[in-house]
Amino acid sequence: MSLSRRDFIKANAIAATAAAAGIAIPATASNLVTDSAKSKIKWDKAPCRFCGTGCSVLVGSQDGKVVATQGDPDAPVNKGLNCIKGYFLSKIMYGKDRLTQPLLRMTDGEYDKEGDFVPVSWDKAFDVMAMKFKKTLKDKGPTAIGMFGSGQWTVMEGYAAVKLMKAGFRSNNIDPNARHCMASAVGGFMRTFGIDEPMGCYDDFEASDCFVLWGSNMAEMHPILWSRLTDRRLSQEHVKVHVMSTYKHRSFELADNGMIFTPNTDLAIANFIANYIIQTDSVNWDFVNKHTHFKKATTDIGYGLRPEHKLEQAAKNVASKGKIHDMTFEEYKAQVAEYTVEKTEEISGVPAKKLIEMAKAYADPKVKVMSLWTMGMNQHTRGVWMNSLVYNIHLLTGKISLPGNGPFSLTGQPSACGTAREVGTFSHRLPADLVVKKKAHRDIAEKIWKLPEGTIPGKPGYHAVEQNRMLKDGKLNAYWVMCNNNMQAAPNMNEEGLPGYRNPDNFIVVSDPYPTVTCQAADLILPTAMWVEKEGCYGNAERRTQQWFQQVKAPGEAKSDLWQLMEFSKRFKIEEVWDEELLAKAPHLRGKTMYDVLYRNGNVDAFSIDEAKELNDDAHDCGFYVQKGLFEEYATFGRGHGHDLAPYEMYQKARGLRWPVVDGKETLWRFKEGSDPYVGKGKDFEFYGKPDGKAFIIAAPYEKPPESPDEEYDMWLCTGRVLEHWHSGSMTRRVPELYRAFPDAVVFMHPDDARKRNLRRGDEVIVESRRGEMKSRIETRGRNRPPVGLVFVPWFDARQLINKLTLDATDPLSKQTDYKKCAIKVRKA
Amino acid sequence: MKKIMIVLIAMSIATGAVAQTKAEIMVNNGGVESLRGSAELDVTRSADKHKRVLKDREPLQRNYVHQPPIIPHQVRGYKVNLNVNKCLSCHGWKYARETGATKISPTHFETREGMTLSDVSPRRYFCQQCHVPQVDGRPLVENDFKAVDSLSQYK
Repeated sequence: MSLSRRDFIKANAIAATAAAAGIAIPATASNLVTDSAKSKIKWDKAPCRFCGTGCSVLVGSQDGKVVATQGDPDAPVNKGLNCIKGYFLSKIMYGKDRLTQPLLRMTDGEYDKEGDFVPVSWDKAFDVMAMKFKKTLKDKGPTAIGMFGSGQWTVMEGYAAVKLMKAGFRSNNIDPNARHCMASAVGGFMRTFGIDEPMGCYDDFEASDCFVLWGSNMAEMHPILWSRLTDRRLSQEHVKVHVMSTYKHRSFELADNGMIFTPNTDLAIANFIANYIIQTDSVNWDFVNKHTHFKKATTDIGYGLRPEHKLEQAAKNVASKGKIHDMTFEEYKAQVAEYTVEKTEEISGVPAKKLIEMAKAYADPKVKVMSLWTMGMNQHTRGVWMNSLVYNIHLLTGKISLPGNGPFSLTGQPSACGTAREVGTFSHRLPADLVVKKKAHRDIAEKIWKLPEGTIPGKPGYHAVEQNRMLKDGKLNAYWVMCNNNMQAAPNMNEEGLPGYRNPDNFIVVSDPYPTVTCQAADLILPTAMWVEKEGCYGNAERRTQQWFQQVKAPGEAKSDLWQLMEFSKRFKIEEVWDEELLAKAPHLRGKTMYDVLYRNGNVDAFSIDEAKELNDDAHDCGFYVQKGLFEEYATFGRGHGHDLAPYEMYQKARGLRWPVVDGKETLWRFKEGSDPYVGKGKDFEFYGKPDGKAFIIAAPYEKPPESPDEEYDMWLCTGRVLEHWHSGSMTRRVPELYRAFPDAVVFMHPDDARKRNLRRGDEVIVESRRGEMKSRIETRGRNRPPVGLVFVPWFDARQLINKLTLDATDPLSKQTDYKKCAIKVRKA
Repeated sequence: MKKIMIVLIAMSIATGAVAQTKAEIMVNNGGVESLRGSAELDVTRSADKHKRVLKDREPLQRNYVHQPPIIPHQVRGYKVNLNVNKCLSCHGWKYARETGATKISPTHFETREGMTLSDVSPRRYFCQQCHVPQVDGRPLVENDFKAVDSLSQYK
């Protein structure tokens, strides 16, 4: 879909006005200027670079630079709208300090971990990097090599990285930053349904009668979905909105029923609703009998801290944490019966009346309910349980896989679904929900990749938080960080991240378009092409895969992550990474490079360069249409197995397609006969991720969080994002308008808490936990209004670094960090 | 127990034990500046000065045609919720002439399907999803974005 301005005008009058005129005019009055070379803008589609909503934008370029962006009127996701970040995409690539050359720490011309960064050639950078990786392999083997990737990688980049790490280096120590945001959602899907990702889609927004937010500030974090939800609420009087959170935020502006709960007590609230449904005889027995099993989670499973931590020592069932036990309905009923409205009010602090109002919506068979959540439920030491507890409510009532009626786990990142989950860039996963620990699954991957049996190791690698621990402990020594800013993003920076990266035994490579906090802790920095400086695909929260073409060149010597991964693989002969035992099974691979073995395997290089666009630096560097080859090889994993992707060409034209795409047709509601081709005839519903097609209703109780306020550290800390900034702010804070809209992180605090500490709005404060401190300023009036006893601090600010304070406690099942609760104190600076 | 302790001590001598690692770590940004500036990562920076939102001024030039206009005034205390939308009380077409405020764009009357309504489309109800005020402050990093010629007077 690359159009000249003239074609574009024909194709779309609304968008055309943007290209032409110097003023905003109504779409209906197309005021076309003459087609002079000067006013010619080349327009092309691309998914937004930021959140998991996956809006499509039109990118306008002129003379090799992006000069404008606007919402794509043809995109079903956003129909011409963008949020403030999306509208300023045109500026994210043009921060003055873009990295344009590799930088290596050196002293007197030699690599030195304590040296200063000096510009070097790509050759020199890869020479040193390859030497370090080879030495690590030789000394300690593949488990000492690792990579931290991203839900912002393109699908192809993530896929190339998985191959490089799991098959090339034979290390499962690859994990994406999506571990910090989506791992609990994945865990919930796998346990309840046996297959990942939402059953419904965004069309639910226009069909639902009731929305329940379980820990998601959609108004700021998914603004375009919020606009769809708002549209529905304000145009249909009967529609109601329930919003739950541990503090009041912008989504409460639309709430009919806003609820502030004590951190971690969402577990009790979800159980109360299940109890209410049973007590009011509102169980959909026909659905429950035909399509579900009752199960029980193992309890007292610890908090994913270091094994020597006293909380891990005290937990009884750390070893058997993942076991799920059979249970009868009567047993389930008895377990949730404990969560009466009185008790739930007492635990959660939410008035009984409000709890009942929400429970009624779920219980009423006539009300179509859409449950929505993001980090509030996922960044939770019981996040997997919490996800399943919400599924329980929908399964008990049969409110699932129907238009407007179903649970919807929103994603954080633009390709957390596409790249992290579907491609399987996690330390335990392979593409299409396969896992490394199952031999049959490894066999499938090795066969598709044309590699000998036994190439992929069967033991899961280090997950995100464990990688920082292992860097600190000196067990992970050669480490590549790509497409994320994990020094700023990971929890407990002082005790884990920073000592890990700066451990003298380790060599840390960071690929990024900009000099980030993570770059400042690195040993080698690689300048990276971003977004429309390369071709790629992203997959959004509704299973929609979206493709874009390269539209401008990257500055200086910046190269895409894909180029970096593949180019680096050329530095290794397969004998240098594989042992003799494996080589003996594939003698024909001897003498070849990793690049040849992984990417010149007849699949990845199957498509001619003639099929690629003229402007496609990655493909022209390879000499074949590498993005298509990687995509098509990857797609073979899922085709015919419930994860079907369309041929690559279809994505070039479409504004994305929702998988499974079977016979060219996308799937809107999975597991429902008539809308999902995988459901057997006459089954009505079929949860085919499970062997017998039945989903699990999994009982789990309320348990306490690992750290709560006490006398000394007397407040809760909740961290998160703001509308104007994406994640660590490395792109958005370089856009002047976005910077000026929300310049510095602040401590959102209740006025009573401020008064108690003799603080006024704007005062400088020290915020301190058991692990670290930072300085910030008090805000008592802003968009977030915490209750007494809790502060909210955004994490975008590299000048403040709130993750020096956070606790690296994780959900023991998903290994996802709980960024939403730890104990801190605040005092005047 | 004693034996284990000895082994641990021996290990720590050999490998520069975990407990000692912290003291040995040299935090050094190698001369690279991030948005944090050059402050080392183990330093607690002073909080930046509180910045004031700019008071009323002329509308700001846009960078490109479909950029939502920036709010050129203070919006503290502006309520936008289920019952009231303070922004529309000046920028709505009914009031704009009287108040001298910029009229909201005609695009704002369109539904998802492109049908023009008689009033603002509910999908555009929360103004600050797209329009934001600005504080008085220099950008952290300069931006080299260049608008097309016809709009390039923007600074």
